[in-house]
Amino acid sequence: MAAVKSMHEKKEPFVRIAKRSGLQHWKAWGIRIIAMILALAVCAAVIYVIVRMNPVRVYATMFRGAFSTSRRTWVTVRDTMMLLCVGVGLAPAFKMRFWNIGAEGQILVGGLVTAACMIYWGGRMPTALLFAVMIAASVAAGAVWGLVPAVFKAKWKTNETLFTLMLNYVAIQLTSFFVAKWENPYGSNTVGIINQGTKYGWFPAVFGKQYFLNLAIVLAVTVAMYIYLRHTKHGYEIAVVGESENTARYAGISVARVYIRTMLLSGAVCGLSGFIAVSGASHTISTSTAGGRGFTAIIVAWLAKFNTLAMILVALLLVFLEKGSIEIASQYQLNDYASEMITGIILFFILGSEFFINYKLIFRKREAAR
Amino acid sequence: MSQIISLMQAAVVFGTVIMFGAVGEILSEKSGNLNLGVPGIMYLGGIASLMGAFYYESAVAEPNKLLCLIIALGCGFGAACIGGLIYGFLTITLRANQNVTGLTLTIFGSGFGNFFGGSLNKLAGGVGQISVAATSSVFRAYIPALSNLGYIGKVFFTYGWMVYLALAIAIFCGWFLKRTKRGLNLRAVGENPSTADAAGISVIRYKYLATCLGAGISGLGGVFYTMDYIKGTWGNDLTIESLGWLAVALVIFTTWKPVNAIWGSYLFGILYWMYFYISGLTRSTQELFKMIPYLVTLAVLVFVSMKRKRENLGPAALGLSFFREER
Repeated sequence: MAAVKSMHEKKEPFVRIAKRSGLQHWKAWGIRIIAMILALAVCAAVIYVIVRMNPVRVYATMFRGAFSTSRRTWVTVRDTMMLLCVGVGLAPAFKMRFWNIGAEGQILVGGLVTAACMIYWGGRMPTALLFAVMIAASVAAGAVWGLVPAVFKAKWKTNETLFTLMLNYVAIQLTSFFVAKWENPYGSNTVGIINQGTKYGWFPAVFGKQYFLNLAIVLAVTVAMYIYLRHTKHGYEIAVVGESENTARYAGISVARVYIRTMLLSGAVCGLSGFIAVSGASHTISTSTAGGRGFTAIIVAWLAKFNTLAMILVALLLVFLEKGSIEIASQYQLNDYASEMITGIILFFILGSEFFINYKLIFRKREAAR
Repeated sequence: MSQIISLMQAAVVFGTVIMFGAVGEILSEKSGNLNLGVPGIMYLGGIASLMGAFYYESAVAEPNKLLCLIIALGCGFGAACIGGLIYGFLTITLRANQNVTGLTLTIFGSGFGNFFGGSLNKLAGGVGQISVAATSSVFRAYIPALSNLGYIGKVFFTYGWMVYLALAIAIFCGWFLKRTKRGLNLRAVGENPSTADAAGISVIRYKYLATCLGAGISGLGGVFYTMDYIKGTWGNDLTIESLGWLAVALVIFTTWKPVNAIWGSYLFGILYWMYFYISGLTRSTQELFKMIPYLVTLAVLVFVSMKRKRENLGPAALGLSFFREER
């Protein structure tokens, strides 16, 4: 008996892992903040190795890149709102564990129909009507792009991750097709700025701020989505389906209907962000209109735990990093991709930190080892 | 005839890139790890081989061919393995979500690759595009006697050696998964890790090894792309990213069987380049043609899920992390 016991003691591993039951909020955020600081330190080290720039100056420069002038601040705001809008669109889908990695395509088709409206109907109908048509068309296009994989998932359990991924490329090729069709000037293989002289279908400046409307629309959508997810029956059903499909079925929720309804909504909001990207920001359409935001936004939604208000901060952080790294890169005449690298490093740390929030490490006690 | 041959040549070279990517990903997915970081891993493989070759070539006056090859291949494979290790550590040990981690790896890899691809020469004090001619020539060498055998020689023997390496790896992985005990264990881990664990298989070790080696193989796709396909330079045009996603698509297309990746990847190559050989297409309709590989993959995906034949579906535990204490 004693021999068996001592063997057990020897076998106890140096460290074991157990699930935590509900960590206090401030501790969880403490862990996240520690991860963030570590990540920023590693990034500073990486930047130092590459360009030998003093790590403290690195972040001062980054801050300058994002906020030093009013124009820069507004561009930062504009891009934050873009990313936020996509993240808000993805939130309901991911909350029900529907892996919609097709936001890129949903943004593109939304942007594409917006551009089509601007090109064909700009100046041929009253501005208010044009805007109504653009919004309706982009929302519808995004919704269709979200609907198709949902229907297949609901009916045949077709893997939605891969389905939505493929639809991205269908949307990209569709965009390339129209870019080649609409190219201006001929031979440039770009559409150029649409309605540059007349500004038909462009967001008007409000209070003298060019991007005020972007801010207003996206914040409205964000708050609406927060309420939808937190305080409505639909939102509750999404949460139940996300936690456990079987529970949902047992509770009498039609899982197929929730999939389809939620993906219509998710696609629609992503389509709307395509409208904002084209009509409110770039005034052109190309295959890079979505610019990887469809993927980055997944991370925004995930890190904010599908809380759309928390997404504002996460989106701001990511855009700040992007603008900041671009500023550093341009100072040293290096290219913009540095920002993706930095973003990647920080996300690795944040993803890793979730482990320490959900689990605790139990180290072997001295007595037990002896 | 010469048109068909040049289409086939284009298809084989194109297919090889995604064959590496897909076979590596199959290995990883068989262990239950859906690694969406394939594009990022291919970037890492490509840029590491380029950096290795670049520093070696600029350090010595007369680059030794064998060393060129070893350095480029080793750096590429190693960097890709490290990419897989990061993914593995986060998803296996820290149990982070696989999809999100994979996407992050893609963002990181694409940033890392394109940053150094575009800036390396400048950082090293040079001007213009980075280029490693000596190393690339080793990758692009083929046997003149065989390639002169008329049509057959042209279709089968006008490629760099990595084309044949891809074939060998695909066949080997197919054999490994189907015919060896370790392959069976690996599949068990991907289907039901708890059962595998109960049967005495070290789930964690299998997951780590499959993910890292799988990533290494995927990374070879990036090595082949930079060294052979674009001749030892760097293309800042996000092609690797789209090829990486195509490789992920190919995994479904092959229904998780490495040997199917051989013909599947060449077929994708043909579908991808067909627009080039069809007369009467305008520049815009060409773009519609390039949609075909993705539509075909979608069709396969839908078809397979409708039939629900067990052996055509992916591993049952794909995408889930394993936690022994959780039943």
